[in-house]
Amino acid sequence: MNTTLDPASQPQGDQPEQQPQKTTSPLAYTMVLLMGVYLGILFVKSEVARWERIHDMFLFREPHMYLIITTAIVVAMAAMWMIKRLKIKSIEGKPIEYTPKRYHTGVVIGGTLFGAGWAITGACPGPIYAQIGGGQWMALFTLAGALLGMFAYAALKPKLPH
Amino acid sequence: MQWLMQPWPWWLSGILIGLTVPLLYLLAGKAFGISTSLQEIGALCSPNSKLDYLGKFDRKANLWLVVFVVGIAIGSFIATRFLSRDPKPFLPASMESVGGAIKLLCGGFLIGFGTRYAGGCTSGHSITGISNLNWPSLLATVCFFAGGLAVTWGLGGLLF
Repeated sequence: MNTTLDPASQPQGDQPEQQPQKTTSPLAYTMVLLMGVYLGILFVKSEVARWERIHDMFLFREPHMYLIITTAIVVAMAAMWMIKRLKIKSIEGKPIEYTPKRYHTGVVIGGTLFGAGWAITGACPGPIYAQIGGGQWMALFTLAGALLGMFAYAALKPKLPH
Repeated sequence: MQWLMQPWPWWLSGILIGLTVPLLYLLAGKAFGISTSLQEIGALCSPNSKLDYLGKFDRKANLWLVVFVVGIAIGSFIATRFLSRDPKPFLPASMESVGGAIKLLCGGFLIGFGTRYAGGCTSGHSITGISNLNWPSLLATVCFFAGGLAVTWGLGGLLF
C-alpha cells in the first residue's frame, strides 16, 4: 500500500519523533468507524449489552456470556497466532505488534472495582456506548459516572500504587 | 432472514466479536481496546490539564478511539432500529428511576476508575490481552469476575 499520499505519516519538521504506528490515516479512520459499527451491531445482536445477560452471567443462571467470551478469546488467539506466525502486515503495510500490558497492583484493585461496576450497571465500557446509541438514555448516567471515575483516577494516579 | 432479526446464537456472536481483534489490526493497525476512549475524552475535555494522565496524553494518536466508540453507538442504533424484530430494553425498568440513576452513576464511576487503574477492560485485557498470551490480562479478567461475583452475590439483595 502506498502511504505517501497521507501527510500525517510523513515525518514533520517539528515532530521528528512521530512514530508511524501513532498516526492514523484517513483510510484507517474509515476502517475504525466501520469496525465500530460492526461491533455495535454485535453488542446488540449478541445481547452482551443487556443488563439481564450480565446479571444472569454473574448468577451462573446461563452460560451465554461465558460461551461468547470464551469463543471470542479462542478465535482472537488463533487469528493472532496466525498473524504472528505468517508475519502478516496491516493493509497499509504496517507490522502488527501487540504491546503487552504489564502487571502492577492496579490490575488487581482496578480490575476488581471494574468488575463490581460491570455487575451494577450491566455494561462494560463498549456496551455503555452501545446502550446510548440504542436509545437507552439512562446509560448516559453510566457514561457520566465512568468519566468521573476516569477523572478521579487521573487526579489520584500519582498517589496510587502501580 | 428470520434469524437475523432474533438475538444471534452465542457461537456466531463469539466468533464475530473475536474477529474484531485481527480485523482491527489488519484494517487499521490498531489494538482492540475500548476503555482508553474514556482517557481520550478526558484529555480532549481538558487539554491543558496539569495532571500528566490527561495533559501529557497523546490526544492525536488516540483520537481514533472516539471515532471507534461513535461507530459502536451507530452500529447499536442500526441493530436496534433495523435488525431487531422486538428490541428488548438494555436496562431493567427499575433502573429508570432516581435510585437507578444513582446506581448507574456509582457503577459507572467504578467502571471508569477501575478500568483505567487496571489499564484495560473486557476488550483490552480479556479479549486482546489473553489472546496475545499476556498473563497480567488473565489476572485482570479473574479480578473482573471476582468483583462482579462479590457484588452480585454479596450485595445483590440491596442492589437489585
